[in-house]
Amino acid sequence: MNTATHTLDGPGGHTHQPGGLLRWLTTTNHKDIGTMYLSFSLLMFFVGGAMILAVRAELFQPGLQLMRPEFFNQLIGVHALVMIFAALMPAATGFANWMIPLMIGAPDMALPRLNNWGFWLLPPAAILLTLPFVLALFGIGDGAVATGWTLYAPLSVQGGIGVDFAIFAIHILGISSIMGSINIIATLLNMRAPGMTLMRMPLFCWGWLVTAVLLIITLPVLAGGVTMLLTDRHFGTHFFDAAGGGDPILFQHLFWFFGHPEVYILLLPVWGLMPHVLSTFSRKPIYGHTGQVWSFVAIGVLGLVVWGHHFMTAGLPVPALLYFMYSTMSISLPLAVLFFCWIATMWRGAMSFETPMLFAVGFIVLFGIAGLTGLVLADVAADAQYHHSYFVVAHFHYALFAGGIMGVMTGVYYWLPKWTGHMYSEKLGKLHFWLTVISFNLTFMPQFFLGLAGMPRRIPDYALQFAEFNAISTVGSFVLGLSQLLFAYNIWRCIKGGEKASNGVWEGTRGLEWELSSPPPHHSWETQPVIKD
Amino acid sequence: MTILNPSRRPRSASFLSRLALGAGLALGAASALADYTWNFPKPVTPIGRDTLSMHNQFMVVITVLFVVVFAIMLYSMIRHRKSVGARPAGFSGPTGMLQWFWVLVPFAILLFIDFVLMGIPAFHAVIEMEDTRTKADMVLKVTGLQWKWKYEYPDSGISFVSTLSTPREQIEGKAAKGENYLLEVDNEVVLPVGRKVRILLTSTDVIHTWWVPQFGVKRDAIPGFLRETWVRIEEPGVYRGQCAELCGKDHGFMPVVVRAVPEPEYAAWVAGKKAEMAAAAAGSDKAWSKDELMTAGKAAYDKNCAACHQPEGQGIPPAFPALAGSKIVTGPLLSPEGRLIPDSHVDRVLNGKAGTAMQAFKATLSDADLAAIITYERNAFGNHKGDMIQPAQIKALR
Repeated sequence: MNTATHTLDGPGGHTHQPGGLLRWLTTTNHKDIGTMYLSFSLLMFFVGGAMILAVRAELFQPGLQLMRPEFFNQLIGVHALVMIFAALMPAATGFANWMIPLMIGAPDMALPRLNNWGFWLLPPAAILLTLPFVLALFGIGDGAVATGWTLYAPLSVQGGIGVDFAIFAIHILGISSIMGSINIIATLLNMRAPGMTLMRMPLFCWGWLVTAVLLIITLPVLAGGVTMLLTDRHFGTHFFDAAGGGDPILFQHLFWFFGHPEVYILLLPVWGLMPHVLSTFSRKPIYGHTGQVWSFVAIGVLGLVVWGHHFMTAGLPVPALLYFMYSTMSISLPLAVLFFCWIATMWRGAMSFETPMLFAVGFIVLFGIAGLTGLVLADVAADAQYHHSYFVVAHFHYALFAGGIMGVMTGVYYWLPKWTGHMYSEKLGKLHFWLTVISFNLTFMPQFFLGLAGMPRRIPDYALQFAEFNAISTVGSFVLGLSQLLFAYNIWRCIKGGEKASNGVWEGTRGLEWELSSPPPHHSWETQPVIKD
Repeated sequence: MTILNPSRRPRSASFLSRLALGAGLALGAASALADYTWNFPKPVTPIGRDTLSMHNQFMVVITVLFVVVFAIMLYSMIRHRKSVGARPAGFSGPTGMLQWFWVLVPFAILLFIDFVLMGIPAFHAVIEMEDTRTKADMVLKVTGLQWKWKYEYPDSGISFVSTLSTPREQIEGKAAKGENYLLEVDNEVVLPVGRKVRILLTSTDVIHTWWVPQFGVKRDAIPGFLRETWVRIEEPGVYRGQCAELCGKDHGFMPVVVRAVPEPEYAAWVAGKKAEMAAAAAGSDKAWSKDELMTAGKAAYDKNCAACHQPEGQGIPPAFPALAGSKIVTGPLLSPEGRLIPDSHVDRVLNGKAGTAMQAFKATLSDADLAAIITYERNAFGNHKGDMIQPAQIKALR
């Protein structure tokens, strides 16, 4: 390891760095890039959120009030793509960039230029995804992709230019993610401080290691799938057209071979982060470090072989149905290990409930609902009722909002003082937590009942018996959306100033990242620490 | 298990009153309304009943798991707080046999729940659900089209298309919404009570999903392939559902309505439907006047074409081209020998256009309807072509 070369710059060695906008364009510093990822993520979180608030407004009452069904279909699909690829994934990558070098005692990421490129691919991809909305205003094309984020053929073969834009956006996002993953794997495997064996590596790093491997395995399959879609659309191939010997279900296999691991890609970094937070605020070591590492690996492996449960109504043969049902159910075991370890970490600690801890506890409870409803969704016969209904919509929002986004918020509040050197407003943070948790449940709990009552997803208008729950859900969603402004404001205030944060920030923190100053020096660990004990 | 059936009352609540209602409910002020369905609607097939009882059982299981696990966490959060003077322990994993035993117990319980408590009933339910062929009494073929369902009864040769019958005014808020808003069709599927009906599904364009919640079955209709499922409806009644797979613009507007009737009533319906179809077939052979074609054409156009091409033929370009002034519509009708011209107006209506939402209407419409629609399109919306086509000519082109 030639970590010493960077120290040539000396302390605060950014003298030869350009200032202003050019600094951000050309930066190879892991913290700058991490900040860009996180800022981009926050921006896109509001973009995706605004889209879905328009959708919820339309669904406030039966009838078509605000938009045509075509536009409604565009909003729901782009909402999902933006939230998954442009909000949640970049947030996790931002965390990785900021924290991995600090946690393993490295000066920076292993491949800094690749890192810069990985980020700067994101804005063009986000523009590609949303540009068709703007083009449609000028009479070019018929708007953004209107097939839902799943892009199922043949609907996507039939769609307008929005589909092509989405395909290229996915290609670019995929390249960006693969580059980020290669960088993270290279960093974690090569740049750990002496004495930090793989099994001693912090859990956040482990979560990301598994995520990065999953991304590298699955994204090429998605890229292949959407490329086949592109050639079906424009070059006369028939991969997904029965008339030419193809099969529409092939697309679902390819999509979900990526799509299911994607859920764990979004969640593993958060699962990795949770034990750190719980341990800090319980003032107690993490329980079951090794058990959690192996659970991450087990979830990663199982996650690769259960994709079929996303289309159990498509007419899979009985043996396939049974296989996908039982393999899906078995994911509950490693997941239960994680829940067990989280609670055991809290057990007999000395807990205090600052904002990150509140979000962590909120995450565990609400993500528990996602896990448990996921268990019943695995059952093929019951799935026939739940599938394609609002029950599923509620389930995956418990997984991806309460699990993913609230997990990210946990991390932001936990690490923000480390990043900025200032404490955020605890009062605003707690207010943000309570508003988020209450309005989140107000939004999504009714959707479980809507699904059971028989409301299909992705419909712009609905029968009268669904009216009340939809009205509640819409009210909840607007409170939820507006509460997030508090989050942005609190971050802004913290960047601008506030009470100075100490190196350790919180009373119970352990790990290398808390030994550096807050904010950490430009080249993080200029001399490599040595792990003893 | 009590099931709260949705009371379906017509209503036209204003936006503001609904906002107030939503906000009120959100604050927990008015929770005593009867219009909430907390569970599946009442099942009327063996699979539906199975699914509901399994679902109820699973919900109890996961609720118990949830309560137990989080009660332990809540206890810890109350007892092990810094502010009540708790001192942190230092353990980071199980030590000794006893602790390992207690660590492994929850996982043994979970294994039991996954693969025995839930796994065994789920296994039997899957086998039953997929058993479409044993002792099937009749076959119903369901074809999904954008955005309607075609039903065929191979035993009796009956076939018809079923489309949403809710008036546009109700959807746009210009009229009060009816009792079965969005869940009503022009032609209901009629099935006999107590007989095992094997349902074959396919599609002509994109993937649709046929779903009636009270039957407990949901199956995708996939273009170019046959999928199957089955129902045995145990009670007479009208059962409503919807397409469940996003299938384009009017995905939210393609309901499924099944009327289950006793055997004699079913036989009478079959006889009536057959007579109706014979009359329609006779329509192909008679010579129609232009006025007749125009009148029938407007009705058929509004029902089958206006959703995309719009009532005034202006379309929604670029996805759904305008017919008013269209080069294709105002082009030549047939070749001088009376044959089909490729990519002509008649070709488009009969055979559709690959890769777009324009489907091959010869598969779903009668000769008379096709002739009427083509004649109407050529002479309405300011397209004064003046020509016409007879149902008999369409019949010859098939």
